[in-house]
Amino acid sequence: MWRTFWACTAILVAALLPYILTTPFQQRVCALVLLYAIAASAWNIVGGYAGQISVGHSVFFGCGAYASLATFTHLGWPPLAGLPIGIAVSVGIAAIIGVPTLRLSGHYFSMATIAVAELARLIVTNTEFLGAAIGLSGPAVPRSVLDLSFTSAVPYYYVFFAVLIALLWLTHRMASSRIGFYLRAIRDNERAARSLGVKAGRCKLYAYLLSAGATSVAGSLYAMMFGYIDPESGFGILTSVKMVIMAALGGAGLLFGPLAGAAILVPLEEISNSLLGGKGAGITFVVYGAIIVIIARFYPGGILKLFLVREKVIRKVAEADTRVADAA
Amino acid sequence: MPLSLVQVLVSGVLLGAVYALFASGLTLIWGMMNVINFAHGDFVMIAMYIAFLIWTLFGAGPAASVPVAAVILATIGVIVYFGLVRHIVRGPMLAQILGTFGLALLLRYSIFWAFGANFLSLPADIVGGNYDILGIRIQASRLLAAILAVVLTLGLHLMLTRTMVGSRMLAVSEDALAAQLMGIRPERMQALAWALAAGLTGIAGALIATFFYISPTVGESLAIIAFVTVSLGGFGSILGALAAGILIGVIESASSYLIGAVYKDIVVYTLFIAVLWARPQGLMGKS
Repeated sequence: MWRTFWACTAILVAALLPYILTTPFQQRVCALVLLYAIAASAWNIVGGYAGQISVGHSVFFGCGAYASLATFTHLGWPPLAGLPIGIAVSVGIAAIIGVPTLRLSGHYFSMATIAVAELARLIVTNTEFLGAAIGLSGPAVPRSVLDLSFTSAVPYYYVFFAVLIALLWLTHRMASSRIGFYLRAIRDNERAARSLGVKAGRCKLYAYLLSAGATSVAGSLYAMMFGYIDPESGFGILTSVKMVIMAALGGAGLLFGPLAGAAILVPLEEISNSLLGGKGAGITFVVYGAIIVIIARFYPGGILKLFLVREKVIRKVAEADTRVADAA
Repeated sequence: MPLSLVQVLVSGVLLGAVYALFASGLTLIWGMMNVINFAHGDFVMIAMYIAFLIWTLFGAGPAASVPVAAVILATIGVIVYFGLVRHIVRGPMLAQILGTFGLALLLRYSIFWAFGANFLSLPADIVGGNYDILGIRIQASRLLAAILAVVLTLGLHLMLTRTMVGSRMLAVSEDALAAQLMGIRPERMQALAWALAAGLTGIAGALIATFFYISPTVGESLAIIAFVTVSLGGFGSILGALAAGILIGVIESASSYLIGAVYKDIVVYTLFIAVLWARPQGLMGKS
């Protein structure tokens, strides 16, 4: 009962947040938290639940972003029309690269995904159709509401909020279904899972396809909000790293882990950028690097797991106490 | 064979030898502890900045910067081993990958913050001019780098296979527990591996700096080259890394001559993915 109460309160607070934090900067940061939470939650499906550490998810992010702005640039359609195209292309690419790369395990898989993302970045940088090194821009002036081009961050906040809830609901359904259990079994010990009859290859591929499609949506939304994309911000390694670190900081494989990570890191980055200006970008990533090292060294499960562990310990102690009381 | 093709081949071999040198450090660590050092390319980058600083502050060339970079990087390697790697190898896969990845970001952007994103370079004649041998032009800096690289890589191989310390290290990489029962301290050997690997990377970086541009992000592409070399040569194999490094150098210089310099990375990355897919144990490695 308390669970439902807290969940309702959290959703209510989140829904009213743009009325609590009223400056444009705060609203923009809130919208960005949700945007990166979408991307990191999408990564979490394959990186957290299935335990396949992809460091090349920018491939799908970039696909989504470029699909949106390419449909606008070449066809004049609203960028929103590019969103399903981005999903289709991302899922297609994921199917092509997923089959061979998912056979690799551990470090090999991570290295292969880095190489695929770098390859995509180089190809896009040399493709005139996609704006080469300069990139693509969205509509300068919104033509209709379908362009999803607003000056205020509040409409974006609600769009991202809806998408994030849908994605988390989907993830939750997946995690509590048969395939969710299979994925966690694969993550903990793939060989054991296989020996018990889990079709590991197929399960990992499904998770990868779902994750790719969702990451592409995040890319499209990014492109609509910023109205601009270049090879580095679409396909660069830092884009992939941000997804991984947000999920890892909050807790990989936990439903709300990526959101918690994004809620810590995005304000940190935005505030340091606004305080330090151009020099800020460097320091932001120094801090990012330091945070990653500290999580890996001291809290490999992410910070949400700390709370969960504490809760579990408290529950166990309480149970033991009642047992002792009963015995006495 | 036309002369220009010989020229391409020669410059490819010279470049590839240096690739082999810094990739051998990566393969050594992989062989010892099954950990990929994602910060490997950034170790090279740090060494390049050390070489740059030594030249700007003291006007000294590789004769000074190579040993200094080797010592500093070896120290960094040991610190990283005791401060970070020793702990994360016992953790989950995500922590293992993130640990050195975070280190890479930390190093890369500290340098970015301190020096800016500008491309720096050392004077072209810091080692000497160009040699002209039978119409083939060879830069003295590249020749020096290649010769030192081959000597050191072979030296590392001989050290591992012919000396007592090398046997101890190989014993730890085969089975750390069994080695411990034989009176070898695994942690000491692993720390030594990190010192050696990082030290060699330092030498490679100081040498590369004599003919290559220096920038904070140069480590990223160098790291991928090291991954390609190691996966092609077989994880854990020093001689494999030597052969693969030279092969990659030749492929790079041939593809930039035949289809254009922009595409040389595309060719190498494609090759990497193809090798990982087809033979994850490397072309020459054992399964």
